Amino acid sequence: MEPIIETKGLTIAFGGHVAVNQVSVQIPKNLFTSVIGPNGAGKTTFFNLLSGQLAPTEGTVFYKGKDITNKSPTERTRLGIGRSFQITNVFPNLTVLENVRLAIQSRENVRYQIFKHVKQYPAFEDEAMEILEKVLLESRAHALAVSLSHGEKRKLEIAMLLALDTEVLLLDEPTAGMSLEEVPAILEVIRNIKQQGNRTIVLIEHKMDMVLGLSDQVMVLYHGELLAQGKPEEIMENETVQSAYIGGNTDGKHTTETGTS
Amino acid sequence: MMQKVQKSTWIYLLFSLVLVVIPFVKDERWFLFLLIQIFIFGIFAMSYDLLLGFTGIVSFGHAMFFGIGAYSVGITLERLEPTFFSFLLGIFFAAMAGGIVALIAGVLTLRLKSHYYAMLTLALASLFLVLAEKWRSLTMGNDGFTFKIPELPEGLQDHRNTVIYMFCLLSMILIFFGLRRLTQSPLGKILQAIRENEQRVESLGFRIMPYKVIISVISGVVASFAGVLYAISLRFVDTSVFAIDVTLDALLMTIIGGVGTLVGPIIGAGLIEFAHHYLSELSDVHWIFERWIILFGIVYILAVIFFPFGIVGTIQRSFAKRKQRKQEVTKSKKIAG
Repeated sequence: MEPIIETKGLTIAFGGHVAVNQVSVQIPKNLFTSVIGPNGAGKTTFFNLLSGQLAPTEGTVFYKGKDITNKSPTERTRLGIGRSFQITNVFPNLTVLENVRLAIQSRENVRYQIFKHVKQYPAFEDEAMEILEKVLLESRAHALAVSLSHGEKRKLEIAMLLALDTEVLLLDEPTAGMSLEEVPAILEVIRNIKQQGNRTIVLIEHKMDMVLGLSDQVMVLYHGELLAQGKPEEIMENETVQSAYIGGNTDGKHTTETGTS
Repeated sequence: MMQKVQKSTWIYLLFSLVLVVIPFVKDERWFLFLLIQIFIFGIFAMSYDLLLGFTGIVSFGHAMFFGIGAYSVGITLERLEPTFFSFLLGIFFAAMAGGIVALIAGVLTLRLKSHYYAMLTLALASLFLVLAEKWRSLTMGNDGFTFKIPELPEGLQDHRNTVIYMFCLLSMILIFFGLRRLTQSPLGKILQAIRENEQRVESLGFRIMPYKVIISVISGVVASFAGVLYAISLRFVDTSVFAIDVTLDALLMTIIGGVGTLVGPIIGAGLIEFAHHYLSELSDVHWIFERWIILFGIVYILAVIFFPFGIVGTIQRSFAKRKQRKQEVTKSKKIAG
C-alpha cells in the first residue's frame, strides 16, 4: 500500500526540550491510523508538524511522494490535508453556520467574490446545515460560536473539517470534552467517513480503548519517540507499550486531557 | 432569512428618504452644514470600521487618507479651471492616491502583527502632515487655501448648499449599500473570520495577506473620497485634515456607534457631530464645554467599559439572542410533541 503521508526523521526541539524525536512513519492511504500516547508524548506537536503549524528542526514530511516540509498550513490544506484542533479553535463571533460555510467556501474556491451576497450560494448553506445535522449541532446553527459549550465547540471543529472534505483528515482528540452520551454519535460520524473508504484518517486519542475498534493501524508515541507501530492487536500485546503507556499511567483511561502535548 | 435582509433594506431606504426631504423642510445653513459633516464623517467612519470592526486591523493614521482626498481635489480644482471635469479628475486623483498609499502601507506591514500597521500608518500620517506644512508652493502650508468649486447650472446656483447636501447624502447611501454588500459577500465573511482567528483561517486554506491588503485599499479609497467631500463642503483645505483628531473622531464614532457594523459609524458620526455642535454652544456656561474633547474622552472610556459593542452592536446582539431562543423553544416543542 502506497503511503499518502510519510515522515523521515521528523524532529522538533523547543529550546532544549525535544518534543518529537526522529519519528519516521508511513501513513497508508485510505486507512485509519490512530496516534496514541500519554499526556505530553508529543502527539499534538506531531500533528502540528504534519499540518504545517510548526516547522521541524530536522527531518522531512512527504505528501503523495512530494516533500511538503516547507509548505504553509494554507498550502497543505489546499493540497488535501485538513485538520481539527484539540484546543477549540473556531471563529467565536461568527454564527455556527458561518463557521462551517467558510470551510465550504474554501473548498469550493470562492475566495475573492465581493459583489455577491452569501445568500446567492444557497448550496453552501444547505450543505453546511447537513453537516451540522450530522454532528448533532443543527439546533445551534444561528448561535454565535462563542456561546457554545465546550463539547459543542468540539463538534463544530469536526463539522468544519468535514466541510473542508480533504483527502486526509487529521483529528486531534475529537471527542475530548464531549458529554458521554454524545461520544457514540461522533464516533459514528467518523466511522461513516471511514466506511466510505476514500479518506485517510489520522486520529489522536488519549483513551486507547475508544479507537482500537476503528483503527487499521496504531502508532504509539512516548516522550516524543515512536514506541511502536502496528495493528491494534499487536499493539495491545506489545510489552513495551504495556509497560510504558498502560503500566506507567494506570489511570490513563480516566484522565481528562487538559493541555497540549 | 432573505426576507429579513429585504426588511432592513427598506428601513434604510425609508431613513434615506427622510434625509432627502429634510432640506426642503428646514434649510437653515448651519443645520444643513451639520448634516453634511455627519454624512462625510459617516463615510469616513465606515471606512475605518472596515479595518477595525470587520477585519480587526488597527490604524492610527486613517486621517492621512482623508487628507490625501481633501488635498487632491483642492489642488486639482485650484490649479485647473473649476469645472466639473476637474472635479471628476480630482476625485480620480484622490482615489488613486489613497489607494496607492493604502496598498504600500498594506504590503509593507500587514504581513506582520497588527500593531505594525498601526505604527506605520501613524508615522505615514505624520509624514503627510509635515509634507502639507512644508510644501508651501503646493499646499500654502498651515494657512491652507480656498478654491472654487464648479458653477452649477442657472437656477440651482442659489441652492448650492442643498445640492452639496444631496451629493453627500447620495454618496453616503451608495457607499453604505456598496459596503454592506461587501461585508455580506463571501470575501466579507473571510474578513470577519480573519478578525476572529487568523491562524484558523489559514488552516482552512485561505491566505491572509491578500485579504488584508484588499480591504486596506478599499478602506483607503473610501476614506479618501470622504476627504474629497469634506474639502468640497468647506471650499477650503488646510493641514488640519491630516491631524490625529480626525483619526480619533473616526475611532470614537465607530466605537460609540458599534464596531463591526456599518450603520453604527453613521449613527456615531451623527451623535458626535451634534454633541460637538451643542456642547460648543454651551461654552459660555462653563469653560469645560469648549474642551469638549475631554468630555468625549470620558464617554469613550465609559463606552469601552460598559458598552463595548456600541449602540448598534448591542441592539443586534439582543436581537440575535432572541432569535436563537425562539428557535430553541420551537425545537424543544417539536421534541416534546
